[in-house]
Amino acid sequence: MRYLPKSPAERRQMLAEIGAGSIDDLFASIPAEYRLSRDLDLPRQQAESEIVEYFRAAGAKNFTSYASFLGAGAYRHYRPVIIDSLVQRGEFLTSYTPYQAEISQGTLQAIFEFQTMIAELSGMDVANASMYDGSTAVAEAAMMAVRVTGRRQAAAARSVHPEHREVLATYARHQGLPIALAGYDPKTGRADLAALEAAVTKETAAVLVQSPNFFGVIEDIPAIAQIAHAKGALLIVSITEAVSLGLVRPPVEADIVAMEAQSFGVALTYGGPYCGVIAAKEQYVRQMPGRLAGQTIDANGNRGFVLTLATREQHIRREKATSNICTNQALVALMATIFMAVYGKEGMRELAEHNLAKAEYAAKMLAAQPGAKLRFAGAPRFHEFVLQTEEAPAAWSERLLENKIVGGIDLSRWYPEMQNCTLWCATEVVTREQIDTAASILAAKPVEA
Amino acid sequence: MTTNDLPITQANQKVRPHPTQNEALLFEKSSPGKRAYKLPPLDVPAVDAKAMLGAAHRDTPGLLPEISEIEIIRHFTRLSTWNYAIDLGMYPLGSCTMKYNPRVNEFVSRIEGLAEAHPYRPESHAQGILEIIDLLQRCLLEITGMDAITLQPAAGAHGEFTGILLTRAWHESQGNPRGKILIPDSAHGTNPATAAICGYAVENIKSNSDGGIDLDALARQVDSETAALMLTNPSTLGVFESQIHKIADILHAKGALLYMDGANMNALVGKVRPGDFGVDVMHLNLHKTFSTPHGGGGPGSGPVACKAFLEPFLPTPVLVRKKGAKGRGAREAGGEGIESGALHWDYNRPHSVGRVRAFYGNTGMFIRALAYILANGPDGLRQTTEDAVLNANYIRSKLEDLYDLPYSTPSMHEAVFSDKRQLVHGVKTGDIAKRLIDYGFHPYTVSFPLIVHGALMIEPTESESLEELNLFIGAMRSIAREAEETPDLVKSAPHSTRVSRLDEVQAARQPVLRWRPAK
Repeated sequence: MRYLPKSPAERRQMLAEIGAGSIDDLFASIPAEYRLSRDLDLPRQQAESEIVEYFRAAGAKNFTSYASFLGAGAYRHYRPVIIDSLVQRGEFLTSYTPYQAEISQGTLQAIFEFQTMIAELSGMDVANASMYDGSTAVAEAAMMAVRVTGRRQAAAARSVHPEHREVLATYARHQGLPIALAGYDPKTGRADLAALEAAVTKETAAVLVQSPNFFGVIEDIPAIAQIAHAKGALLIVSITEAVSLGLVRPPVEADIVAMEAQSFGVALTYGGPYCGVIAAKEQYVRQMPGRLAGQTIDANGNRGFVLTLATREQHIRREKATSNICTNQALVALMATIFMAVYGKEGMRELAEHNLAKAEYAAKMLAAQPGAKLRFAGAPRFHEFVLQTEEAPAAWSERLLENKIVGGIDLSRWYPEMQNCTLWCATEVVTREQIDTAASILAAKPVEA
Repeated sequence: MTTNDLPITQANQKVRPHPTQNEALLFEKSSPGKRAYKLPPLDVPAVDAKAMLGAAHRDTPGLLPEISEIEIIRHFTRLSTWNYAIDLGMYPLGSCTMKYNPRVNEFVSRIEGLAEAHPYRPESHAQGILEIIDLLQRCLLEITGMDAITLQPAAGAHGEFTGILLTRAWHESQGNPRGKILIPDSAHGTNPATAAICGYAVENIKSNSDGGIDLDALARQVDSETAALMLTNPSTLGVFESQIHKIADILHAKGALLYMDGANMNALVGKVRPGDFGVDVMHLNLHKTFSTPHGGGGPGSGPVACKAFLEPFLPTPVLVRKKGAKGRGAREAGGEGIESGALHWDYNRPHSVGRVRAFYGNTGMFIRALAYILANGPDGLRQTTEDAVLNANYIRSKLEDLYDLPYSTPSMHEAVFSDKRQLVHGVKTGDIAKRLIDYGFHPYTVSFPLIVHGALMIEPTESESLEELNLFIGAMRSIAREAEETPDLVKSAPHSTRVSRLDEVQAARQPVLRWRPAK
């Protein structure tokens, strides 16, 4: 086996020095009746060339060369080459959680830079070192709000990503945390503020909204913050499209921001690994879940970084910890850190402007086709929009696929009332030609027999 | 010369001093107008963002650095040289399984058709990635001897959460969710933290004099309110619970389940299967046993495998193969496997515990883990396990004359010592660990498991050559001598790093968690 650095003679020598007659002596504590006396029924050992061939063939069956208008919480942006050059350095790739600070300063400083840039972009005071993904960040943010307020209810807008709400429901169920849902305004696609206000009580720990929301519409955060804070609840804002922060006002009125930073240089890879992160106002930091890197000094006064405030965490507090999270998404957070450094202060805005322009053009072109119209047209949005068509999405999406285009996703899957409505996304990598082609195919409804 | 006689100089042949570059924070290198990006010309009409977004427009940009590409490359390359890594040498963190991370795994996970697949692609246009997931699931079921699996959990603790939710859902279906989870005092901290977030009370079980489960205590503690025992096997002492079948019997007789924390599965693959010895539900850590990189703390992946009676409760969606479907996408994809039925996500799962994560899990880790399994095959996986156990026992046999072995029970993949003999000279496990850094090694796991006072938990994995093992043993023997002769040298270690021991008290007392511009 090519990964194993031992010769048969060395194995024999080691056994002899241990004083074992055979390797099976070392497994003698396993009762004989359970020991496997056969080979596992698995594919045979493959050469590296065979492995590469297997995955290439599998990749070819996914047709990823197609143009795509899919978004909905996972976004295709250009990934600068240096991200993979740098994260594949073995010192980052093959190191563990930086508990031994003296020989982990590289990872620790990078986390500190990640925390700083996420805090800057999100308008919060502090950010943690990452969570599994945006959906679990949302759920953990809600549990954090419960700890801060001592209250045991939550209110959430239906315009939050449906799968994130599902994850929240899974976590909340065993915390005794009922979640009141508030609908959306059918005209604007924004959270229905009256319904949200009615859902918030004196027992509400947190109000959860997403902005830009699942329909791509930017929520009225100051107004929602007033509703939450009037009853003493915290406001959690979920951000699934991190690139929006280049152009969209950060939710500074929020108490906690739950983010998915996949857009910052992380490949789609069919849903993960992505990069969740929680940011918050400073006063809540001791109730935060997950790891935090902090600055300190060594015995000689040199600046250095350590994992800090560990008394919140499971390895110290066990069942009293703020969360059970241990492993996070460190290497993915490093990708995001490099991405933020590449685009920087000006690039983040310029990149967001390109997204805004592409989506505006796509929305205009698609909505101009016969039988198509834009939903929620009056509200500000970023790079996603909802298109309503007379023709069923199943019909035109087949036509698009035949022309190597993956169109918007059918929203009735999550919102039964939204028949023939699809969610489209146009990022900076979508070309005008692709948009024009999609529009013309959408228009080309076959003549009925 | 035998290993036991290695002089310090030879132990030290692993390292020589080497200057590292200083490097400021990104923000301190920023200067207005520097750029590391160039966007292509906009091929659609430009928009007036302020007019479009109105009150939602961001007027003040986030204070990100402005910096050029070469500076970013140097910045992160310099930072990387401040890290220790598996690629540099032995990284014997117990319970963490710091094995070699094969580079072909990284290569195949970046193949365009896999890396660029959007999670909401039509299933007809995702059959390649679904086949990978399906094959990995089948491999992991064969390896664990279980009946059903979900790959959705993003890490080990997330897998524990999912597994305990399955347990709870099953008990609820029997009429009573029950109120408590039993956890040995040797367990990882994630176990009790998980039980708590699943709404269970935690009851500790004291270990017996062998460091294993005390069967009498277990029989006394298991009652009609016990939902499950969370057991790490081999334990955090690296000891296989040889009474495992009796443990399972005691639990099952009272209607409680046996949950296995699979953190130490690297000691078992190809030799014994948890499904065969009475485990009802367990998680795996793809970033431990199956070689996906730790990446400085993640990403991981924590699949949960279970017996058939727990299958209805798995998180949604579940991957299934349609019977004989011959859709358009299937024809296009042209694979024979697909003609016999396309793979598809089943969301209609009325008994499911719900979702634990958006989409389907850390798919990129599935690709890497499968590449590892294919590279090994059944024979390679068994040899891997044997080498991991051989390495741990070799270290144990070469150090037990100098370091206290609190439990003499046979070791599997890791050896746990205590600092009892060094403590006489005022030298603690944490000091020995820091001194190892000077010898060119990453420390072992310090002060864990909690049942061993001053524990040194050493897991070499299969990836260490005899030469590297001997250097490690030489270093440990040398440090044992130093602890006697020059204890202050050990207590003030490390002496060779960029920074000396850092002030953790100050970091926690006045947290500085981000950079801020000077006023």
